[in-house]
Formats: sequence, C-alpha cells, structure tokens
Amino acid sequence: MSELDLNNVDNMYYDVLKEVGNIGAGNAATALATMLQTKVDMKVPRVELVDFSEMGEALGGEEQIMAGIYLQIEGDLKGSIMFLLEEKSAHELVAHLMGQGERTFEEGEPFDEMEQSALKEIGNIITGSYLNSLSLLTNLKITESVPSLAIDMAEALLSVPAIEFGMLGDKMLLIQTSFSEDTDLNGYFILVPDLPSYTKLLKALGVMQ
Amino acid sequence: MAEMIKVGMADLKLCISPNSITTLGLGSCVGVAIRDTGNKVGGLAHVMLPDSKEIKNNTNIAKFADTGVEELVRQMEKAGARRNMMVAKIAGGAQMFAFQNDSPLVKVGDRNVMAVKKKLAELKIPIKAQDTGLNYGRTVEFYPETGDFIIKAVGKPPKTI
Repeated sequence: MSELDLNNVDNMYYDVLKEVGNIGAGNAATALATMLQTKVDMKVPRVELVDFSEMGEALGGEEQIMAGIYLQIEGDLKGSIMFLLEEKSAHELVAHLMGQGERTFEEGEPFDEMEQSALKEIGNIITGSYLNSLSLLTNLKITESVPSLAIDMAEALLSVPAIEFGMLGDKMLLIQTSFSEDTDLNGYFILVPDLPSYTKLLKALGVMQ
Repeated sequence: MAEMIKVGMADLKLCISPNSITTLGLGSCVGVAIRDTGNKVGGLAHVMLPDSKEIKNNTNIAKFADTGVEELVRQMEKAGARRNMMVAKIAGGAQMFAFQNDSPLVKVGDRNVMAVKKKLAELKIPIKAQDTGLNYGRTVEFYPETGDFIIKAVGKPPKTI
C-alpha cells in the first residue's frame, strides 16, 4: 500500500491514531495543569473519523459558538492542527488564567484583546505539547507556526480543516478530549497532516511498511 | 405545513415552495441558492472546494463548486425548473483564520466564490445577490417562493439579500 485512503482506514491505523491522540492529549492536560497551577483530569479521548455532514453535530451543534485556535505544522510533518474549545469553557479558562475568579458569562460575550491573546497562548501551549509528544513518539521533527484565533460557529471553523481533509476524502479525524479542573472543559483537536505526512507518520509509528 | 430542509457540508438538496432550505455555519465554503422564478422550484448546494479536477479523490460531486453547481441545476431541471428562469444567490467564502505563507488554504474562500461564479456564468444563470468574503461564518436560509436569502452571523443582525 503506497497511498492512504482515509475512507478505508483499517482498525490498526485507527488504534494507532487513537493512541497518539491519547498520549498527546495527556501531555496537553499536564501542560494545562502547569499553566493553571491546578490539578487537571482528563477523560480518555474519543477518536473518530467523522463524515463532513455529521461533524457539526459531533461538536454539539453546527451553530455552537467556539473558539478555534489554528496552527500550521512544518518540519518532517506538514499540515495543520486546530484546537477547539466551547465558548463557555474558553471564557472560564481565560478568567482562571487571568485571575478573574469565578463569574458568569453571557452567550456571545466577546473576548477583548487581552483575552484573545490569552486564548491564543492556551492554544499554543496545548497544541505544542500535543505535537511534542507526537514528535517524541515518531522521532519526526515537528514545528508549528504562530497561532491564529477565530471565535465563530463550530461548522464555520471546521470548514477550514474540512477543506484540507476534503482534498483527501469525505471524512475528518476528530479527537475529542474532556479536561476537568473545577468544571468540565470540552476541547477538540483536529490534526490534519497532508497526504505524504500521513504515510510518514504511520511509517514512523511502525504501522505501515 | 412548510418545512425547512437542511443541507450539510459538501451536500446539496432540492427545495420546492412553500418549503425553505438552510445550511448552517458556512465558513470558507460557499452556499449556492438557485430557484426558478416562475414555478418556485429551488435548491441549495454547500460546496467546499473550487475544482474537482484538481483532486484525485473526487467521488462526492456535491463537494466541488464546478460539479456541485452543475448537479444542483441538473436535479432542479429534473424537478421541472427551467434554465432560462433560474436565478442564483450566493454566500460564504470567508477566510476564517489569518494564514501566513503558502498554505493551500490561503484564499480558498475567494477561490470557491470565483469558481461558483464561473460555473454559474457558464450555465447562464444570473447572480441576483451575494454576501461573500470577509472573516466570519454565516448561516443561510433560502425561500424559493420569494427568493429571500437570509444571512445570519454571530454578533450581527440577520439580513435578507
């Protein structure tokens, strides 16, 4: 097999990708705990190949407002990674990080400039630790670009990685992780290696000859 | 009772008055709404990529601007719509994130919009209105009866084009 078809990923690939998701998300949780100086628990991530038409629903509704932090990946692996956080979780995390304590948030409440850079930093640290563990696991060199942030409807944010996956197939690899500190935080990773990188990744992990 | 039909990403559907049709959260994708102004047969496509010929894995024709618009028009004609009575409205094609350098995603929204316009011109279907580009997501609702195309975005009042 020289070329990978994402629509025909067999169980073994799937398990490996899941394990990568697991380890990566574990490291991300540790990074988050250090950043927040609190204990962060993480549930076993759910890894799924999702049809484009069902993606929005998988994230709690197409019009659910989310913060999306998007970075491009360079080095041995090329592609992109996106970390998505529900609006409420994003507000809570930022408030915690900036020492604002507990307060309630209105739906659609905007993030000011300071809060936006805090969100970018959160995304940067979380995706960074995720990629770091992937890099250690595979011995591949992975670097990331500066983060870009958008706060919008889930489906609109997802259209960006979906378009990248769309060049390969009709499904997208979604890694859902729930972190909890005082309250539950729902976050999602979407890792989009380009096609040559997918093969490289699976080879490095010993799944593919 | 009139119902609202939902179109997913990389999908297209027909809609005949008095029903209406919607697609949620268009980002860089483009929503193409077409109707026959006489018999009110309409439809909506949610296309993701400009050109089916650039991609090897292109079995889903609804995914691409070129094949998606063509297929929507074909299905509409089968349902009784006439080409010379068709008009279109389009929305979406935003750039959601600020990218640097040579990502293939730079301007994919713009390229989607251009590809849709090119295909509509080829099929001789005039564009009556559009709300495209910029950097935010859009939900659209289309009413083939009146041709109203309602655009909703986060933190903005809905508008009808």
